[in-house]
Amino acid sequence: MTNNPHISVQHLNVNIGDNPILKDITINIPNKKVISIIGPSGCGKTTLLKSFNRLLDDTADVKITGKVLVDGEDIYDPKAEVTHIRKKMGLLSQRPYPLPMSIYDNVAYGPRIHGTRKKADLDEIVETQLKATGLWNEVKDRLHAPATRLSIGQQQRLCLARGLAVEPEIILGDESTSALDPVSTSIIEDLFIKLKEKYTIVLVTHILRQARRVSDYIIFVYMGKVIEFGLTEELLLNPQEELTKEYVKGFIS
Amino acid sequence: MIRRKLEENFFRVLMVLATIAVAGSFFLIVGTIFYKGVPFMNWDMITKIPGGGFYIGKEGGVLNAIIGSLYVAGGATILGLLVSIPVAIYINMYLSGKNFIVNSLRIIFDVLFGIPSIVYGAFGFLIMVYFGIRASLLGGILAVTLLVIPILVRTLDEVIRTVPRELRDASLSLGATRWEMSKVILRQIRPGIFTAILLSFGRGIGDVASVLFTAGFSDNIPTSLHQPAATLPLAIFFQLGSPVEEVQGRAYASALILTIVVLIITVLSSVLSKRFSKNSI
Repeated sequence: MTNNPHISVQHLNVNIGDNPILKDITINIPNKKVISIIGPSGCGKTTLLKSFNRLLDDTADVKITGKVLVDGEDIYDPKAEVTHIRKKMGLLSQRPYPLPMSIYDNVAYGPRIHGTRKKADLDEIVETQLKATGLWNEVKDRLHAPATRLSIGQQQRLCLARGLAVEPEIILGDESTSALDPVSTSIIEDLFIKLKEKYTIVLVTHILRQARRVSDYIIFVYMGKVIEFGLTEELLLNPQEELTKEYVKGFIS
Repeated sequence: MIRRKLEENFFRVLMVLATIAVAGSFFLIVGTIFYKGVPFMNWDMITKIPGGGFYIGKEGGVLNAIIGSLYVAGGATILGLLVSIPVAIYINMYLSGKNFIVNSLRIIFDVLFGIPSIVYGAFGFLIMVYFGIRASLLGGILAVTLLVIPILVRTLDEVIRTVPRELRDASLSLGATRWEMSKVILRQIRPGIFTAILLSFGRGIGDVASVLFTAGFSDNIPTSLHQPAATLPLAIFFQLGSPVEEVQGRAYASALILTIVVLIITVLSSVLSKRFSKNSI
């Protein structure tokens, strides 16, 4: 698909207990594109996403085999530094989960734990990232108010700003708009399109319209397997696999 | 249709009666203590230590026991927190995914939770005999610490388990270490920590059996950890056993003081809990 994949998944198997969740996944995620992972509920799309920044580590009875290379580095190598891997990726979950602190501290949290201490530097990061997510004008007068006072849509943008503040290379979105109203949803979608200039973006979504609107590529996952991977328009309009055809037409969900 | 209606009413009446019985006993208990204790309540009771002949009805107060109890319950709660917070964080944040170990540990804490306080008292007493420590404030604090640790661990554990998984993922995704993530979780559960403190302090200040052999009793306010310390429950116990009416009345006044102390702690922790919940999700 591309000569220079950002994330390269090779023969990835994930089992939880005796349940195979992901079966022999091999895909290359291209650099600085938006990639949507689509598929019916329970097909393993979120598990696939979480395998990229090792959030599965704490799951009970999980067994992971295979390789996930990020920038050519195997993140499941026992010697790999997990905090370093995770810092490369910002995660945007289904619902916004602001940290229990102020708006400012939410954005400054990441830089702080990674060693930025000077107030001037933090101020600049906070302002830059809040501007990048279009929140700045809405919150600049109440930066020290609790993040929970913001609306859900604003909170989700704050969570995005918080993720961007650690200067990741990749943004992972796990149905990031599913709790949002249509206006907030389209703001977040527009942000994704804008942000792909600088970041590789991998989104899990069950909304085909959204996948079509924002993504360059689509991965269709069914029953723990990658069925098809291709350019958005090609996959949606001219699916090669029977299963993909059925899903796109709405026969399986 | 009529049968369903009857059933509905029958059980509703049962529930109302049960609720009234519980709420009513609260007023009955507090009422009795007030009724019997208030006539013997005076400024001396809370500002003076027992004078000569206090226990045959002469002048003095139970300041020694008030201070002793605050020391014992406060010291035990602080010590208990120092142990319980790391335990609760460890089993939830570091052992997550290792269900067998975590579940075994929880069973152990449940058993400890259920052990009667006299057993902690006896155990504490044995340890003190072994090390040659006399009944003292230190001994009392240690015995009560043993008593409150399971309460604290269990409460904090329950509170931490209510924190959404995604909040942990959020801080981990930013590259936080487990400890940095734990600090975020501790911020989130601050209101719950105050609840745990309240439960632990309440249990610690009211328990007789654990301090009976370990803290001893003294008419003076302890000035060091190695002096014996009076506690309110023991003061009530001794005074109630007296044949002198004046002394018996003071037992109720002491019970009133104990109740008021617990009340103050309850209100205080609930206020603090609210104050610290403003940032929580």
